[in-house]
Formats: sequence, structure tokens, C-alpha cells
Amino acid sequence: MRYLPLTDTDRADMLAKVGASNIDDLFVDVPEVARLDGPIRDLPMHASEMAVERHMKRLAAKNLAAENTPFFLGAGAYRHHVPASVDTVIQRGEFLTAYTPYQPEIAQGTLQMLFEFQTQVARLYGCTVANASLYDGSTACWEAVAMATRVTKRKRAVLSGALHPHYAQVVKTMAQFTGDEIADSAPAIQTEPDLEGLTARIDDQTACVVVQYPDILGRISDLSKVAEAAHAKGALLVVVNTEPVALGAVKSPGEMGADIVVGEGQAIGVGLQFGGPYLGLFAVRDPKHVRQMPGRLCGETTDAEGKRGFVLTLSTREQHIRREKATSNICTNSGLCALAFSVHMTLLGEQGLRELAAENHRLACHAADRLEKVPGVRLLNRAFFNEFTLMLDGKPAREIVRNLADRGILGGVSLGRLYPGVKALEHALLVAVTETTTEDDIETLATELEALVKEPAQ
Amino acid sequence: MNAPNKSGWKPAMEAAEEGGVRGPVTTTGNRALMLEEPLLFEIGHAETTGVDLPPIGEGTSPRLGGFERSDPIGLVGLTEPETVRHYTRLSRQNYGIDLGFFPLGSCTMKHNPRLNEKLARLPGFADIHPLAPQSSVQGALEVIDELATWLKTLTGMPAVAMSPKAGAHGELCGILAIRAAHTAAGNPREVVLVPESAHGTNPATAAFAGYKVDNIPATPEGRVDVEALKARLGPDVAAVMITNPNTCGLFETDFRTIADAVHEVGGYVYCDGANFNAIVGRVRPGDLGVDAMHINLHKTFSTPHGGGGPGSGPVVFSEALAPFAPLPYVEKDATGELHIVEEENTDEEHQTFGRMTVFHGQMGMFTRALTYMLSHGADGLKQVAEDAVLNANYILRSLEDILHAPFADSGPCMHEALFGDKDFGGGLSTLDLAKGLIDEGYHPMTVYFPLVVHGAMLVEPTETESKASIDQFITAFRSVTERALAGDESLKQAPYYAPRRRLDETAAARKPRLTWETPEG
Repeated sequence: MRYLPLTDTDRADMLAKVGASNIDDLFVDVPEVARLDGPIRDLPMHASEMAVERHMKRLAAKNLAAENTPFFLGAGAYRHHVPASVDTVIQRGEFLTAYTPYQPEIAQGTLQMLFEFQTQVARLYGCTVANASLYDGSTACWEAVAMATRVTKRKRAVLSGALHPHYAQVVKTMAQFTGDEIADSAPAIQTEPDLEGLTARIDDQTACVVVQYPDILGRISDLSKVAEAAHAKGALLVVVNTEPVALGAVKSPGEMGADIVVGEGQAIGVGLQFGGPYLGLFAVRDPKHVRQMPGRLCGETTDAEGKRGFVLTLSTREQHIRREKATSNICTNSGLCALAFSVHMTLLGEQGLRELAAENHRLACHAADRLEKVPGVRLLNRAFFNEFTLMLDGKPAREIVRNLADRGILGGVSLGRLYPGVKALEHALLVAVTETTTEDDIETLATELEALVKEPAQ
Repeated sequence: MNAPNKSGWKPAMEAAEEGGVRGPVTTTGNRALMLEEPLLFEIGHAETTGVDLPPIGEGTSPRLGGFERSDPIGLVGLTEPETVRHYTRLSRQNYGIDLGFFPLGSCTMKHNPRLNEKLARLPGFADIHPLAPQSSVQGALEVIDELATWLKTLTGMPAVAMSPKAGAHGELCGILAIRAAHTAAGNPREVVLVPESAHGTNPATAAFAGYKVDNIPATPEGRVDVEALKARLGPDVAAVMITNPNTCGLFETDFRTIADAVHEVGGYVYCDGANFNAIVGRVRPGDLGVDAMHINLHKTFSTPHGGGGPGSGPVVFSEALAPFAPLPYVEKDATGELHIVEEENTDEEHQTFGRMTVFHGQMGMFTRALTYMLSHGADGLKQVAEDAVLNANYILRSLEDILHAPFADSGPCMHEALFGDKDFGGGLSTLDLAKGLIDEGYHPMTVYFPLVVHGAMLVEPTETESKASIDQFITAFRSVTERALAGDESLKQAPYYAPRRRLDETAAARKPRLTWETPEG
């Protein structure tokens, strides 16, 4: 077998050294009831590299890859062009096959990268400190709520109705077990988010209010008003961002008064990958909150010769030291995705990110203008970055998305898929446009939509 | 200057000083292939970019609602050649499996096959959106379904939740399902029992799920104290969390007995599957009475550790817990088409506890793990466990004469060998020995874990090391151990040859500097 270096002679010599007559002697502690008489049945035997490749390629070919089709999906996962050198760097064995930097003297590559990554994230978010990553945006969102309850010693979180519904589900799932109280609602179909309604729900028992920016309908709103209202009641403002490229164009959440900023980093460097692995970003504005943060933190120090170096630090917050008193149970995070993000961000730089954001927004404006001209289609948003909501006449948007897919077009995410059973949302379609979208793609979508929206509902 | 020592070991610079031959101090601080690399923020510029975007097209007026970001973000860029060099230089300050032996106990640092990497990058897997219409991603759902079948068959368990993102997330998934099952039966119960030798994630997880954690002692032989555990069982106990093989590297011989006793009082058995590599293809945890177990795809099934993730932690469930599994999951309908079960499709039968993550889990890891399983097959995976266990026993028996091996008499070890720092001279510790191993060209074993052994050293060779590699490691380990036993003070300053000497972790924590601050002026 190509991954197993021991030869039969080695095995015999080694068994002799350990005083075993055969391999079964080393498994004597397995109770009788769990012993098997051979390889586990109902599974295939080993296969050549060629055979495995054939099998997997056959499965891959059954999927419609975004690169082969007009593509407009977003809702928390965005398709951007990733420069070739990103993948080259993350495939270097010294990064790919290393582990959590427990021995800093021989892990300075990972550690310095994490220090740079933390700085990039903190600046992008307008915060002072970011951690070394969490699993994804949705788990980061829950960690932010949990942290807010620790900081404020209150147990109530108010979720904006325009928070990604799956993020809200993750928070509600966890809260059933921690006893935290979560107040949420479905988004109302309106041009501007209902900030008054949201701030009215904040009371003096509220630990935090959670707002997505841009929100699930693509809208951009004034977070400073929410921050003010939250702070007036002693609550924290948690801002969730699912499209980091947007922060190359719009004000950072930190700038607008957010206390904890979390999000999904996938859009930069990581790729779509059917939903994972992704990259949870987590940052705080006030450095005094650092000791309540979840996850790994990399910090600067010096070595015995006075040279600058980096280590994992403040680990007394973490499970391997604090056990049941830890700030989170997280251990492995998203190290390699953090590297991909950081390399892509380094290639972009300030100027590249701003240009990328500008091009996304320009194309999205163009698409919104074009699609709005389709009879029976109405643009909901006044403001948006690279994703907006269309209201479609006739059939529910979910059906239209399926019809588009049958014609080889991935035309967006229907709110019916995200909010099943919510009648008011079933004619809404989320459309995301990035630098990878061409004007031809937009034209194709407009033409096909025109035909479908006219078709009467069945 | 180091005190004389019995072993006579000296770092080369000192030996060179005595011999009068000494290399020059370089102006760059570099030493040939060992290159220093400044921070990105010291070499990059706001106006530099390594990405040529197409010229920005004709603009319409922006519709950002008046929230344009006008202040500098504070990011810097590098051109492509500078970027590649920056990260290549950084990479060379890292130790990885590709470079050498990485016996980090409990982490299963095995070779990461490159076929996995190649196939995970096929556009049909890498370039598909999690919310794409299901008819357009049937191949992806097949990967999930096929991997699920492998996991269920290998563990002898009827159900699996695929969405947890890493081992600790899997533990949480298992404990939440247990809590949901108890709650459905009328009482969530209060306590989760965890052995002293458990991973820190176990108690942290139980606490996160709202349980009180009670510790169960180990026997002098390094296994769960069954009598103590039985004595603690009662109607308040929701579950026990046991790692098997355990963190002392031993198989829990009485696991079935423990499981039966826990079931007797209406509790559930959570098995931490971090050490599944020792038994994969040879033992099915389902035969031992397990109710839930996470499987670290990044350990047993060879997906890369990536400098700290991403991992992937699917959880297999018994019949009793299966209905409580989290959303979303993949199911085959009557026509044979696969579909994703989400909030809207749940019915009476599915008493799901909810959702753990926004999408379907670590697809990129699923393709890699499935590629690995298909490569090895049922026969190859059995051989994986056998070679991993053989290598560990070989190390145990090759070092037990000079190094304290607290459980050497408890029978064969499984996939890792555990040692302690008893008899080290001159106030030397496990940490010193570990740093000495770095100078010898090795990544140290796991140190100071499990907590039940003083100065613990947990050595996990995995099955992907050759005998020659292991023999060389044993020779190096023996020599550093001899220095530690002899009280060789030079070990206190090790490592000498790494990119950095010992780093001041206390200073890092006392005054944390967690981001780069651009110097004034």
C-alpha cells in the first residue's frame, strides 16, 4: 500500500522486539465482543491512485461548477477570483502539514502569519484585536453572543431580523442549552431595515444586539444609531459581516461603534467549496475585552537572544488549560484558511481591495439597473454593495431558481429556501454580483428571468 | 557558558569557540538558507498590489447609502514575486510532516496524501455553492452520502451527523444530542462524567452544553477506575465522555462494562474518537456500546492539519440518539435522488436539536477523507491501525529501559506511547527534553498531557513512518534522554539551532501585543 512504509520483514522484526508473536497480541485488550475476523465487510478493498481518481472525477462531473455557468449566488458565500499564488503558498508542505504552533521555536512561519492575519482582520473590521480564526461566520456569531453574555453578565440577546437565518438558527440552537434568551424575527420586506423596531427591543437585561452588515437582503444601514441605543442600555453591539470585500467600500463596523465584529472570511482566498471549510473572523474594538475572547491568539515576544518572535498567548482562556471554565471549547480552528485569506489580502493590499470592492459595486449597480427593467421585477434595495433583493411577480422565487438551474443558470438564492414557509418572503430573490460576473452573464439572467416571470404560477 | 555535563554534549557554537573556528556574524542576520523575514507591515505599502484587476468599467453613481469608507483601512500589499517570497521564507521557519517525524501524541500527524489535495480542487467540488439548487450538486451530495456510509460501516453505528467543523465541535454535537434526548424524555439531567485523563475539550464542551462536570479518577494502570465510575452513576448523570483508546495510549478494556452500567441508569456513552486511528478497520465502536462518537477526519483520515485546522468532526450516533441529529443532513428519497434535509423538512420522526453551522460541514475535508478511504479500502485501513500500533509499541519497548514509562506493565499500548520525567537530573524537565529534540531535527511529542502523568510525554508515531525513521528517532530520543537524566544543563537553553531560541511566553501574556502597530513618525 502506497502510504505504508513498513515491509513485512520490518513488521516481523518489530513484533519480535516487542515480544509479540503476531499483531493480534497487541490488540489483546479489545474485548471478545468487539473482535473481528478480518477486514470490515461491505466496504471495498484498496484501490490504485488511478481508480480512485476516476471515481472521484465521476462524482465531480455531476455537479454544475460555478465557472461553467452564469452565477449569482451569495447569501453568506461569495465567488471571487483567487490569484494562483494563494493556492501555491497554502500547498507548501511546511504550512499544509504543520499543526497548531505548540512549539513556537519551529513554528514561526505559522505564528508570524497569524500575527499578520490578526492585524489585517482587526484593521478591516475597524477593531483593535482579532483572534487567529474560528470555524466559520456562523459559529463566530454564536461565540460573540456567548462572549457578550460573559462581559455584561446578562443573558438576553436581540437578533436583527435581517441576520442570516442560518446564523440565527445556530445562535438559537446553542442558546437552548446555555439558557440564554434570544429574541429574533424574520426580516420585513422593506427598502430600509427597521432600526427603530430593533432598538426598541433593547432593554436593560440585554447583553447584546446582533446586526448583519450588509444584511441578509443586501441592505446597508447606519450602525452608529444601533450602537448608541445599545450602549445607552449597557448592551454590546455585535456586528456580523458575511462579505469582507464590502469593507473595502463601506465604513467599518468598528468605526460605527460595534463592540464585537465577527464574520465569514471565505470570500477572500478560500473559495466556495460547497460551504466548508470556511473561516470565522472575530475581533473586538476595546482591548480590555481581550481576555473574554474565544479561540487562539498569537502575540509578539522575544527569544532568549532578544530576537523578535511570536507565540500563542493568553491561553489561560482556553480549554486545554481552563477545561470546564474555558471561554470556548474550540481547539482546532481554520489555520490554513486564515493563511489563504492573509495571502490573498497581501496580494490585494489596501489599493487592490478598494479597487476590487469598487468593481464589485459597479457591476452590481449595473446588474440591478438591468434586472429592474425586466417586467414584473422590482428592486427592493435603496443601498447595497454587491448583493441585492429582487421582488418577482408570478411564481415563487424558489421555483424560478429551479427553472433557471434547469436552463444552466445559477440565478441567485431565493428567500423561500432560507425562510421556508414565510409567505411574505417567497417572491424575493437574492442576487449577488462579483468581479467574476460578466455583462453577458447579467444579460443572460435578465433574458431568462423575463421569460420565467411572465409564466403564470402553477 | 554551560556547565560541564556527563554526556559531554555541546552546542556547536560553543565547540567551535573552543576549537577557534567560528563563522562570521552576518550583516543580514541570515545564515545561508536560514533567512530572516520582516513583518508584512514593515515591507508592504498601501499603494502596492499584486493583483491586476480588469480596468474598472463605466461607473454609475454609488449606492452605498452614504456609508463610503473614506479613512485609510491600514492594509498593505506586495507584488506577486514579493508575496511568494514572503510566505516561502516564512514557511521555512515551520516544521511539518513533509519535513520530518512529527510524533505529536493525540494529534495523529500522518502523511497527507497529495491525491487528496488534487481531487478536492476539482472545480466540481471546489467551485460549487452551498445553496446551489440541489439538482445541480447531486455529485457533492453523493460524496457526503458515500463518506457517511464509510463512517457508519467502520464504526458499526446506524447514523452520522456530518456538519460539525472539528473535533471539539463534534463533541458539542454529541453532547447536545444527548441533552436533547434526555430533555425529550422529561429531564436533561445535570452531570457529565469525564475521566481525569480527558482532553480539555471534553469538560469545556460539557460545560458549554450546560452540564456540571465531575471527574473520574484513573487506576494506577492508566485506565478508567470502573468501580469509582459505577459508584458515581445515578439518575443525575446524563453521560460519560470517554476517550478510547485513552490518552494514556491504552485500550479501555472495560469499555463495554462501563457502557452497560451507564445505560442501566439511563445515561448515554460519548466516546471521544480522537484516537480512532489505533483501531480503524479493526474494532467497531458500535460493538462496545457507544451512543455517540466524533471522528477527526484530520487525524484518522489524513486531511491536512494546516497549521491549526481546518478540521472536520462528523459524529456517529446510536439508534437512540439518531433522531436528535442536527440539521442539515443528506437523505435519499424514494426515487434515489439525494436531497438536503433542512428546517422545513423535519417531521415527528426527526427531533433534531437544531443547527450547528450555516452550511453542510467541511466539504473540502469530505472529498479528501473519502479519497483516502477509497485508496486504503477496508484491508488497508486495518493495516493502518496495525502499523500505527506496532510502531508505538516498538517505541515504547525501545525506550522503557531508560525513560519512565508509567503504564509499560499495563499491556501493549495502542497507537501512542506515554512516558514521564521521573529521574531527570539537574532540575531538568520534559520541556527541556522536548527542546533538545528540536535540535536533533524532530518535532517534539505532546508534552504535559495527559495530566495524570508527571511531565507527560505522549509519542504517537502513526503508521506512515518507516522503520529506519523510527530507529533514528529512538537513537536521538535516547541520547537526549541520557542528557536529561545526567542533568546536562545545556538542555535548559535548547533549542540552539531552531529559527528562534526559547521564546518568552510569560512576557507575551503579561503585556499582550496581538496586532502590529505602525511606529509613530
